[in-house]
Amino acid sequence: MKVDYIGEISSDKLTADYIPYYAEAVHAGFPSPASDYIESPIDLNKHLIKNSSATFLVRAQGQSMLGSGITDKAVLVVDRSIKPVHNSIVVAAIDGEFVCKRLKLKPRMCLMPDNPEYPPIFINHGQELEIVGTVTAAINKF
Amino acid sequence: MSLALVDCESFYASCERIFRPDLKHVPIVVLSNNDGCVIARSTEAKQMGIGMGVPWFKVKDAFLAQGGKVFSSNFTFYGDMSNRVMNILEGFVPKVEVYSIDEAFLELDSLEENYNIYGFGCHIRGLVKQWTGVPVRIGIAPTKTLTKIALNEVKRLNIPTKVHQITSTKEIREALANTPVNDVWGVGRRLSEHLNRAKIFNALQLADTDPRHIKHKFSVVLERTVRELRGQRCLDIENNLTAKKQIVVSRSFGARVADLKTLRPIVSNFAVRAAEKLRHEKQKCSQVSVFVRTSPFSDHKPQHTGYKTIELATPTNDTRDILIAAKKALLPIFRSGYDYAKAGILLSRFTSETSKQYSLFKDPNEPKENSKFMEYIDQLNAYETQVYFASQNTKRWSPMKQNMTSPKYTTCWYELPVAN
Repeated sequence: MKVDYIGEISSDKLTADYIPYYAEAVHAGFPSPASDYIESPIDLNKHLIKNSSATFLVRAQGQSMLGSGITDKAVLVVDRSIKPVHNSIVVAAIDGEFVCKRLKLKPRMCLMPDNPEYPPIFINHGQELEIVGTVTAAINKF
Repeated sequence: MSLALVDCESFYASCERIFRPDLKHVPIVVLSNNDGCVIARSTEAKQMGIGMGVPWFKVKDAFLAQGGKVFSSNFTFYGDMSNRVMNILEGFVPKVEVYSIDEAFLELDSLEENYNIYGFGCHIRGLVKQWTGVPVRIGIAPTKTLTKIALNEVKRLNIPTKVHQITSTKEIREALANTPVNDVWGVGRRLSEHLNRAKIFNALQLADTDPRHIKHKFSVVLERTVRELRGQRCLDIENNLTAKKQIVVSRSFGARVADLKTLRPIVSNFAVRAAEKLRHEKQKCSQVSVFVRTSPFSDHKPQHTGYKTIELATPTNDTRDILIAAKKALLPIFRSGYDYAKAGILLSRFTSETSKQYSLFKDPNEPKENSKFMEYIDQLNAYETQVYFASQNTKRWSPMKQNMTSPKYTTCWYELPVAN
C-alpha cells in the first residue's frame, strides 16, 4: 500500500478550538525565522465535521455495511444538514429504531445494505421512514 | 422593525425524543432533580392532563398505566442541544439574546423593509428542526413583550406552521384582546389580581390605559410593559456578555436528612460548587445565603424553613471564605427534630474579580489574598483528581436519587446512539 504524508497531528487533546501557535510573546531580539511559516496542526474535527451544530456521532452495530468500509462498532459522523441523494449512506429511523444503510431512490426506494448476506429494506405502504441525516465519514478503530 | 422570539417546544421532552424514534408518539414527561416534580411534558402528556410542576408521585401510576415514558432530567444533554440551536440562530442574524435554555430573542431590524419576515421565520423553524431535531415556535412582533403575545397566539389559534407575526395595529389589538392580563410578560399572579380590581382583565385593556397613570398607580416597570404592548420598544436585545447577578446551587435530597452532621457536608459541597462557578464567571461576591427546608408534601410531619444571609465586608471568590460564611449561615437556621428535604446556597452582590474595594475597618476575617491557591485547586479538579475541603462530603455530591436518566448521547463516547 502506498502512503502519502499529510502532516503532523497535535499531541494535545483534539479540540475544535485551537489557540493558534503564532500567538507568541514579543521578544526584543531577532525574531524566529520560522514564525511566519507556523500553521496550526491538523485538526481531525475540522477534517470530519463541516457543520458542528448539525453533526451527531452514532455508533454502528453489526456487519451490514462492511462493503462500504463500516465495521461493527465504527463511529459514524452524521450530518443532518446534508440532503441525502440516491446512493447516499444515511442513518434512518424505521420501525422505531435507527439503521445505517445506503439510500436507493430508484428503481424502487429502499435502504440497501452493503453486504450480500443482508436483505434490502423496502418501505411498505403505511410504514414510516425518516431519514435522520447523511453519513459523511466512518471511524474504525483497530 | 421586528423582533422574533424563538421558543423550543416542550424542550426537554423534545430532546428525549431525538434519539428515540420508538417514542415518536409516546407521551413523555421529564422530572426535576431527584425526580420530584414534572418539569416538561410532551404534547401527548399535556393532553393527558399532566400539569406543569405537579409532584411525580401524584401522577405516576395513571401516567405509566397509560403507556407514558418518564425521564430524569439530563441537563448535560439538554445543554448541548440548546447550544446547537442557539449557534444556528446566531448564524442567521447578527443580534441574538439567549434568554433561557430554550428561548432566544432575535433582532430582525437589519432585514429590509419589504423582506418576507414570516417566510424567514418559517425557514428558521424548518432548518432548526432538520439540523437538530428540535421543534421550535416563533413569535414575530415589534417589541419583546409583543413577541411573547404572538407566541401565545400560535397556541391559541393552533397555527400549523408554528410561526406567527403580528405587525399591523389591527393584528396586535386582536391578539391583545385575546390575552388574559396574567399571560403578559412580567405580570405575575399578584399583580394581575391588583389589575383585575382596577377592571383590567386582558392585555388590550392594559395597553389602552394611560402609561402615566400606570406609572403613578403601579410601577415604572409596568409602565414600560404598557408602552411595549403599544408597540413602543423599551426593551432592547441584550448581548449575553452581561455578568450573572447571582449563583444558586441547591438540591432536593433523595433521602431525608435530620442531623447537622449529615447536612453540613452537603451544604459545604454546594458552597464549593458555587464558589467554582463564581470564579468561572470572574466575579466576587459579598453576600452568602443558605437555606434549608422540610418537604411540603409530608403533611403530618413538623415543617421548618430557614434562610440566612451573611454579609462579607470584602468581596471574595475564595472557597475557604465562602465555606466559613456558609457555616455561619447554616448553624443558626438549623433546628434539630426536622426531616430536611432540600438545602441550597446563594451567592449574590457581585463585583468583578479585578476591581477591589477595601473595607473601611479592618475585617477580622479578611479574605484570603492568595488567589493562586484557588487557581491550582481549580486546575487539579478540572482533571481526574478531586481535591476536597475538610468539611465536604467526599462520597457523593449529595444524596441524589435519579434512576431514569437517558444517555449522554452527544457528549460521551460510551453513550452514543446506536444504528444497526
